[in-house]
Amino acid sequence: MAEAGTLRGDLTAYRAVLSSRVRAQRAYAASFRLDLVGAALITVVEFAEVWVLFGQVDAIGGLTLASVMLVFGLAEMTFSTADLLVGHCDRMPTYVRAGTLDVFYLRPQPVLAQLMTSDIDLRRVARVAGGMVILVVGLVVSGVRWTPEKVALLAVTIPAAVAIYAGLFIAAAGVQFFLINGAETTNAFVYGGRYAASQPASVWPRSLVLVFGLIFPVAFTGYLPALALLDLPVPFGLPGWTAWLTPVAAVWSWLVALGCWRLGTRHYQGAGG
Amino acid sequence: MSRTPVVQVSGLTRDFVVRPRGHRLRGRRVRAVHDLSFTVRPGEAVGYIGANGAGKSTTIKMLAGILVPTAGEVRTCGLRPVQDRRALARRIGVVFGQRSQLWWDLPVAESFRILAAIHHLDAAGERARTGELVDRLEMGAYLDTPVRQLSLGQRMRAEVAAALLHSPRLVILDEPTIGLDVLSKQRLREFLIEERREHGTSLMLTTHDMGDVERLCPRVLVIDDGTLAYDGTLSGLSRTVGARRVLVVDLERPTEPLTGIPSTEHLSTQAQGLQQRLAFDPERTTAAAVLAAVSQRSEVRDLAIEEPDIEDVVRRIYAARR
Ligand SMILES: Nc1ncnc2c1ncn2[C@@H]1O[C@H](COP(=O)(O)OP(=O)(O)OP(=O)(O)O)[C@@H](O)[C@H]1O
Ligand SMILES: [Mg+2]
Repeated sequence: MAEAGTLRGDLTAYRAVLSSRVRAQRAYAASFRLDLVGAALITVVEFAEVWVLFGQVDAIGGLTLASVMLVFGLAEMTFSTADLLVGHCDRMPTYVRAGTLDVFYLRPQPVLAQLMTSDIDLRRVARVAGGMVILVVGLVVSGVRWTPEKVALLAVTIPAAVAIYAGLFIAAAGVQFFLINGAETTNAFVYGGRYAASQPASVWPRSLVLVFGLIFPVAFTGYLPALALLDLPVPFGLPGWTAWLTPVAAVWSWLVALGCWRLGTRHYQGAGG
Repeated sequence: MSRTPVVQVSGLTRDFVVRPRGHRLRGRRVRAVHDLSFTVRPGEAVGYIGANGAGKSTTIKMLAGILVPTAGEVRTCGLRPVQDRRALARRIGVVFGQRSQLWWDLPVAESFRILAAIHHLDAAGERARTGELVDRLEMGAYLDTPVRQLSLGQRMRAEVAAALLHSPRLVILDEPTIGLDVLSKQRLREFLIEERREHGTSLMLTTHDMGDVERLCPRVLVIDDGTLAYDGTLSGLSRTVGARRVLVVDLERPTEPLTGIPSTEHLSTQAQGLQQRLAFDPERTTAAAVLAAVSQRSEVRDLAIEEPDIEDVVRRIYAARR
């Protein structure tokens, strides 16, 4: 009973913080709209890059352009959603220096939950929308033969893929507690992972397959579900149901993330002063 | 419950690993707090003073659960700060003078509303407490102003209100008066005195301003290089180190240095002898006696008495210890 009351109180607190963030950003409507346009443009340019690459190689990793759109759309949309929700978490050094983190420690909510709700950036909505458009076009053009299983797979994959990327951001935040210049190191993983995921994994070099297939399993966010949707065989000698393991990959990603976070907070040295 | 100490610290130690830029693994250990033990009972007001880098902020961060101690025991309001951090956050209020816990881009009133939600205050409780704080800290005129537009004095009052909104039993202030003018300092001190009288709140305060300690803290802890150098009353501290007052006199005409006045030391001469500073021990002579002696040698136009400087007091403790 007391637990439920506490939970409701906490939810009220998160909502108050979140809605204040949203309102603060809407206050600068003009620059906000401009930022949205900018973000949408970036998505277009990145997709154009894949397009050009495709023109050179004809069929990247054995996929048609429409199928590549599917991979790119899935990866882009789920990454951007995670970025929208927790992307600011990997700017840990900024929070440490500004003393924001010390302030989170002084409040009766989990530090990680406060960090996640503290600084949501609505401009990232544009990239979610861009990814969604490309995904929908890819789904239509690539001629997916729909079955109830495939609908279910897509419904499971999207939230699980968002969770995988969110885990990646949080792991990065945890590591940044004790790595000086950690942001540079972790960005290589976060943005490298995102870039890799928007390409068919069959063109990845072996080392990338190991890192982004197993340790930070971003292959599960785009490539593997796309193969399943298109009834294509899975490379690396994996069984056809591999795509259904996306939720497992998400759980793994969060275990890594929370482990890194815990390690990080134990190492926290404060902002000095 | 109310009998348990609000702060109980024993053998508290904290090391930092300082890595030179570019070296990720090799680091030097710096001991910021070393084998510290003290207790603060409910309702007490304690001044926690020491030179820059003595370990004051580090101690406070361990009391609040921000930093994990390297060794030793801490209990704050009977709780273990790191393990019970969330429960503790409901019982203590902390202000770091150099940090802000308000939302930069929001009006003050809105920051208070969010904090009330964070601390689960009910509507009636929130209204009563906010009203009380706004009144006492005279914040009514700028409640709707975004925090980033406030003056330092206004922001500091809002910070204190933010930390006290949930009526904590223990308030910890780390240099709350830094950078404030005399009037703002005065107002803040009066508020804290009232708050303590009304609610019996315990107080722990770090400061470099002797006035803060004199007005607010019957008990003083002095920390030197991470260890406790003194624990007792403020007057006891002044007596131990022989805290001196400084008389500054402006003279009508350039005068030879005013040396040789009984129980008085000539500190410095400015403006070709037009202004001179004399230190005297209030236990052995009085300002009036010193002034009389000065008047025999030159005509005094103006005078001021400097309060004992906290840095001076602390420096003397250090000198005595080494
Ligand atoms: N995050 C940190 N990393 C490394 N060293 C630190 C850190 N924080 C504090 N220190 C060191 O620990 C010692 C104590 O610092 P602390 O901030 O507790 O001093 P302080 O008494 O609060 O000083 P001040 O009056 O300047 O605020 C100093 O030598 C400081 O350099
Ligand atoms: Mg300090």
